[in-house]
Amino acid sequence: MAASATASRPDGVAKVQGTFAFSSDLTADGFLWGATLRSPHPHARITGIDVSGAWRIPGVEAVVTAADVPGKATYGLISSDQPVFASDVVRYVGEPVAAVAADHPDTCRRALAAIVVEYELLAPLVDPQRAVDGTHPSIHPDGNVVRHQRIVRGDQTIDGPVVVEGTYHLGMQDQAFLGLEAALAVPDSGGDGVELFVATQWLHEDQKQIAACLGFPAHKVRLTLGGVGGAFGAREDISLQVHTCLLALRTGRPVRMAYSREESFLGHVHRHPCTIWMRHHAELDGRIRRIEARFVFDGGAYASTSSAVLINAVTHAQGPYKCDNATVDGWAVRTNNPPCGAMRGFGVVQACFAHEGQMDRLAAAVGSDPVSIRLLNAMQTGDHLITGQVIQNVAPVARCIQETAALPLPDQPVGGHDANPLRLPGGSGLTADVGHVRRGIGWGVAIKNLMYSEAFDDYSTARVRLADGVAFVKFATSEVGQGFVTIAGQIARSVLGVDEVVLEPIDTTIGSAGSTSASRQTWMSGGAVDGACRLVRERLFERVGTAHGVDPLRLAIDGSDVVDTGGTLRVPVGLASAGVVIEQTFEHHHRPTEDLDEMGQGNCHTAFAFVAHRAVVDVDLELGLVKVVQIATAQDVGRALNPLSVVGQIEGGIAQGVGLAVMEEIIQEGGHVRNASFTDYLLPTFLDMPDVVISLIEEPDPMAPLGAKGVGEPPTISSTPAVVAAIRDALGKDLWRVPVRPADICL
Amino acid sequence: MSDPAGTDLGSNQAYVLHVNGQGRDVRDAWLGESLLFVLRERLGLMGSKGACEQGECGSCSVLVDGALVCSCLVLAAAAQGQQIVTIEGVAPVGSPSDVQQAFVDAGAVQCGFCTPGLIMATHSLLERSPEPTEMEIREELSGNICRCTGYGRIIDAVQRVAVARRSQVAP
Amino acid sequence: MSVIVPASLNDALQALARSPHATLLAGGTDLMVELNGGHRQVSEVVALARVAELRTWHHDPVAGVLHIGAGVTYAEIADEPIASWVPALAQAARTVGSPQIRHAATIGGNLGTCSPAGDGLPVLAALDATVHLASAAGARDLPLAEFMVAPKRTARLPGELITGVTVPVLGGWQGYSKVGVRNAMVIAVASVALVTDTVTESVRLALGSVGPTVLRCPDAERFAREHVDFEHRRVAAEALQRFVELARDEARPIDDHRSTAAYRRHAVGVLAGRLLRRAFPNE
Repeated sequence: MAASATASRPDGVAKVQGTFAFSSDLTADGFLWGATLRSPHPHARITGIDVSGAWRIPGVEAVVTAADVPGKATYGLISSDQPVFASDVVRYVGEPVAAVAADHPDTCRRALAAIVVEYELLAPLVDPQRAVDGTHPSIHPDGNVVRHQRIVRGDQTIDGPVVVEGTYHLGMQDQAFLGLEAALAVPDSGGDGVELFVATQWLHEDQKQIAACLGFPAHKVRLTLGGVGGAFGAREDISLQVHTCLLALRTGRPVRMAYSREESFLGHVHRHPCTIWMRHHAELDGRIRRIEARFVFDGGAYASTSSAVLINAVTHAQGPYKCDNATVDGWAVRTNNPPCGAMRGFGVVQACFAHEGQMDRLAAAVGSDPVSIRLLNAMQTGDHLITGQVIQNVAPVARCIQETAALPLPDQPVGGHDANPLRLPGGSGLTADVGHVRRGIGWGVAIKNLMYSEAFDDYSTARVRLADGVAFVKFATSEVGQGFVTIAGQIARSVLGVDEVVLEPIDTTIGSAGSTSASRQTWMSGGAVDGACRLVRERLFERVGTAHGVDPLRLAIDGSDVVDTGGTLRVPVGLASAGVVIEQTFEHHHRPTEDLDEMGQGNCHTAFAFVAHRAVVDVDLELGLVKVVQIATAQDVGRALNPLSVVGQIEGGIAQGVGLAVMEEIIQEGGHVRNASFTDYLLPTFLDMPDVVISLIEEPDPMAPLGAKGVGEPPTISSTPAVVAAIRDALGKDLWRVPVRPADICL
Repeated sequence: MSDPAGTDLGSNQAYVLHVNGQGRDVRDAWLGESLLFVLRERLGLMGSKGACEQGECGSCSVLVDGALVCSCLVLAAAAQGQQIVTIEGVAPVGSPSDVQQAFVDAGAVQCGFCTPGLIMATHSLLERSPEPTEMEIREELSGNICRCTGYGRIIDAVQRVAVARRSQVAP
Repeated sequence: MSVIVPASLNDALQALARSPHATLLAGGTDLMVELNGGHRQVSEVVALARVAELRTWHHDPVAGVLHIGAGVTYAEIADEPIASWVPALAQAARTVGSPQIRHAATIGGNLGTCSPAGDGLPVLAALDATVHLASAAGARDLPLAEFMVAPKRTARLPGELITGVTVPVLGGWQGYSKVGVRNAMVIAVASVALVTDTVTESVRLALGSVGPTVLRCPDAERFAREHVDFEHRRVAAEALQRFVELARDEARPIDDHRSTAAYRRHAVGVLAGRLLRRAFPNE
């Protein structure tokens, strides 16, 4: 694969020229606009809905409510607990109550305003601790606790000799993809089926949930991936899919729905806010003996993936460190806050912020330093997790730390050699002079599970057809920007020796690829494309072998030729495949995993990756403003199939980790989001992103089909605690909450 | 209107926009529509992207009379008589500009949603400042949010273009 | 809905005379946000982008003043030559939104919106700017302090248009500082403008985002005048500390989703002190 490792994106030119069709760009003759009416209350009983006002507005073609949902009334990824439209009770601000289809977005806006919903307000549950305590009446038939999981392992009596403990809090982060939720639904003539073009992370899961709600068999709902403008977890759950299809079926016309940014903040799940208490017991030299931990995840109104997020958190409580004894308790609970679910890092972001804070406390308690304490405890292949699972993957934790430490520190002093004020905290606000600023350095190290866990049959499907020297590759893998389309071509070229690869449309006419999440597609869909290509190659070698009287087992691909490794035969692949069609389909399944038992024991995860981050920050101590100067990172990638893409994932993931550390938070008050816009939900700009220096650790993993581990999530996970540790280092003061706000630093 | 150079549009009257060198009629439009909406939904120019509707992301950047602005904040009906250049006007389909090609080559594109806006902003930057420093690049592009890349490869792409252009004009 | 795009000031004033309650559209960076979000219904819009008279500035070196037309953009104000005449206004201009916003947003629009977080306003307040208004019936001038009435409310009457603003070109140091939780493209959580005048040996201080409108600080200004040494550009550390306290006392901040009242009060004190030190670097 080395020859094509510099391959650039097949969709690159279309994207830079603006011709790439995102889901929001798709249109059809005679289409209508769809729009959603949402609850203004966090918890209320619906006592009446009068839609007649909307019908009276010229241009309105459909108004639908819960009463119009022909199939199942609810959907959900793990448990089907979320209504397509609220019918009796609304449980969060922004919950869909009705939808309309009309000729113009402004007509839709007026139609929504004309729908009268009468609410009887109910006391909202906004404190997740009250859900844990059981001191608030149930807000959902399934109860207020989505999941409780303990992990109990080893000697529970271990106490000290060194004990450090702390409480950590993470605010609610938004995925904030740029490409807002959008879809186009086209009804079949006769209305007994529908075609949906949508930006999603998992076409087949959407198909299953949509079909159930529409009362159709799955094959009557055909999905094609609309161009995806980023995902980061927020497109794993259903948002507008069912509504769009329903409006199209109602009107018999194509319907486009497109969320506004404000609606997007209300209309998809977020990263769980979380409170974590941890206590570490260690030897006098800092070796961890036992950990105790308690997690409370606020899942918001509906379950989404909360139970899986919780499991990720509790099973990663020890971090990438050896630990034989543990007592962990975790809750994912229901509240009347916005629903939370998947976001890059999926529960491990929360756990890592806590365990890395603990490592710094431990270093201080035993008179060590952040690097030594982590090296002392670093886990390696063959070690046990607190679930009892043995790490069988390549586990270069110590190497991640050492290679990160060896990367150069910034060559610029505070304010830079050019004394450019934009380098200082506060940036263009010209708030600081060099004398007001102190520099700090901090560390974060992480372990992240890859692929799905807990006995889930996780697989991906690919079909490859070789015809006249051209490989046609088909899969349902959602390309969300990560670059799977690039490596799919690389794999086909290198395995089959072809020059031309055609990627066929990404849709539901082939088997599932699973979700583009959990850092899994390089491994899973990469494995599937590789597997299908290998099957095709076997057939090709059989043909060539037969034609030339050579044992197919002696044949190999060399460049773009089929060659006899024990002879002189050399046939170009184009010639060898002329006039024939060889087609093969392959499903890649990862090894089976197990459920956790009551004590939290079991081989629940598939594989793991590791990473270290070192952050350098400049802090204006008096104003509490921060400039992240540099992040150094060494990441365990297995094998970098496309180094440029890997660097892109690392830098992009770090940007999201930096955002969580110093600015990104959905601010809520009593269940109401106060900053549902890009004016007030702040994302890092060019002037907020630090320099990133990277060392790729390439130790091909024998368990991975291509030796390559997923790389998307680890950069987001430990960059956050590294930045916070660096701020603490500059400040000499405790900080145990993210995002760190200016007042947390200076008041 | 007394002055022939000015315009007075009553409800849903037609008006003309000058886009990428062509006069384009806009008919039956609601006059509250933004230039972004009109470009996309009435003129079929889908390259400009909307991601925030309030000028906080730069995805919809276009040139109006040579100035880089957010098309979501331009009232389309008030943009008559102004020269508008969109991403579609940068280079013919299939023949990317040097900036566009550099974005592809440098790995500056992931999901690509912010990309058209960044291409417009980069062309505008290099026009005014052919050899920008890294800090200048960061400040001049700070109105364009990218959620995928962390910006590193984009800065690299801009620098590649600056270097390539310099070597072209060098003797 | 109707949109009028006048090509001259006279046409604009005539249009406003016919529709005195029409919504004025300058750079669009405030109004379009509300239209796009469906948060505001408008029936008549008068768009000012093509009114050439509003897009000019004029420096009068004899009078020592700069007249800036309402349609001059923040990109132009951040740039030379305006930046040399009113450096604090240029610094404020450079923090307005993003490059895209600065190309569109005008100083007249900033005045018309009259947000307490408007970046240009603290500088204009510290400069004792005069706002020029015109209607078909005539023109009038208002001191900025009288023009700003309340959050997003001004003394502009129906049928009137802001035509520009006049500020003095002073000899002394001046500067603007703004706190936001991001290093670019951010709304002020707290901002401060400090202007010194070497002729009258005065120090003027204005605070943004810590009150219903931009606040001047008469006590702090009086105190500074008595305690700074213009000749040696000197202020003692204790005097600077007192100045900080007086600035803080003037603030009337609130808690909201962007920050807390306590932090805002603290921040304007810190910024006021830092600006005074930049103006008078010697102890």
